[in-house]
Amino acid sequence: MEATITEAQLEKEFQQKIDSGIVIEPKDWMPERYRKQLIRMMSQHAHSEVVGMLPEGNWITRAPSLDRKAILLAKVQDEAGHGLYIYSATETLGIDRAEMMEQLHTGKAKYSSIFNYPTQNWADIGAIGWLVDGAAIINQTALAKCSYGPYSRAMIRICKEENFHNKQGYQILAYLMRGTKEQQEMAQDAMNRWWWPSLMMFGPSDANSPNSAELMRWKVKLHSNDDLRQRFIDRTVPQAEAIGLTIPDDKLRWNPDTRHYDWGEINWDEFYAVISGNGPCNHERMSARVGAHEKGRWVREAAAAYAQKHLN
Amino acid sequence: MEEKKDVQGKLWEVFTQKKTGAPHEHAGSVRAADKEMAMMNARDVYSRRNEAVSLWVVPSECIVASQPEDAGPFFDPANDKAYRNPNFYKTPTGVKQIS
Ligand SMILES: [Fe+2]
Ligand SMILES: [Fe+2]
Repeated sequence: MEATITEAQLEKEFQQKIDSGIVIEPKDWMPERYRKQLIRMMSQHAHSEVVGMLPEGNWITRAPSLDRKAILLAKVQDEAGHGLYIYSATETLGIDRAEMMEQLHTGKAKYSSIFNYPTQNWADIGAIGWLVDGAAIINQTALAKCSYGPYSRAMIRICKEENFHNKQGYQILAYLMRGTKEQQEMAQDAMNRWWWPSLMMFGPSDANSPNSAELMRWKVKLHSNDDLRQRFIDRTVPQAEAIGLTIPDDKLRWNPDTRHYDWGEINWDEFYAVISGNGPCNHERMSARVGAHEKGRWVREAAAAYAQKHLN
Repeated sequence: MEEKKDVQGKLWEVFTQKKTGAPHEHAGSVRAADKEMAMMNARDVYSRRNEAVSLWVVPSECIVASQPEDAGPFFDPANDKAYRNPNFYKTPTGVKQIS
């Protein structure tokens, strides 16, 4: 390669590759900022999968039947798998897994703020699978077409598994809605508490999303936060109606002109409060995560010592 | 918070074969201390739904890969040998069953 090729030229060629739909692979040249932004996004995504196990894990021992318990256990195990797919994809960008874990545990890296809300009753497990995984599907289906190969491949793998998560959650609520008045109220209460935080999962409105333009130019993001949020609403409202749940938004109505639902307004103060550490469960989640990591330390060390001993 | 440097194990690349007769394809990677653990982790991470009938795990450091920057010169011996392709040859009209 000629030494005279400048950074600017490389960047221009890189952008041309992206524009013509060429997928970027780990060893290809990429702008340092592309690498940094991907590490930030992907590690945050992996951390969300891992921390996301905590609110649901809370109900494994209290699931109402053996079937439900087996299903929830399988679902939570999938989330662990999702975390591992994405950690391994992120490592292709040159960051080490131990470093990512440390960033999570010291609070330097973020995870999705939805997991800082408590799971108060069994219906919440239904609401998480249906709404939270439902929102994740919309996001991840878009990311499956992103410009970075390992991330896109991890998303394709994940999307195949998410439909199970989504359906098992919906089934829990559908079942409760066919039950007693108390059970119906329980389902509606979960709906009321999880609806708005689920909409927040798509991130700030485009006008307030500082990274959006750059990420879209690089095809790391292919749709705006607001577009994806609207897609989620349009798809979810009829599902709620079908089982008799009410969306907790009095401005929600079908707009025959736009062929989308009009809807109310997100409480962004709440969103920023939770993101900056003041949600109902931020502290609890982090101490559970760090605790699990510390309790597993001796296992990792023993495995390393064993491997060392049997090396020769 | 962390006093000692954390140990996450070596990096291993995982290859899965979907069914017998199919080739092994790269699936992703896992961290593990040794090959037995790498195999178990690969099964738990990449084949929870029977996605594989056979698994290979290879220490990532053992993989020798071509570099994208010499992709051109490295592969171009193939470029000027059109006669390797059957449509390089013209067959007289009417001749059948010669692929
Ligand atoms: Fe997931
Ligand atoms: Fe999920």
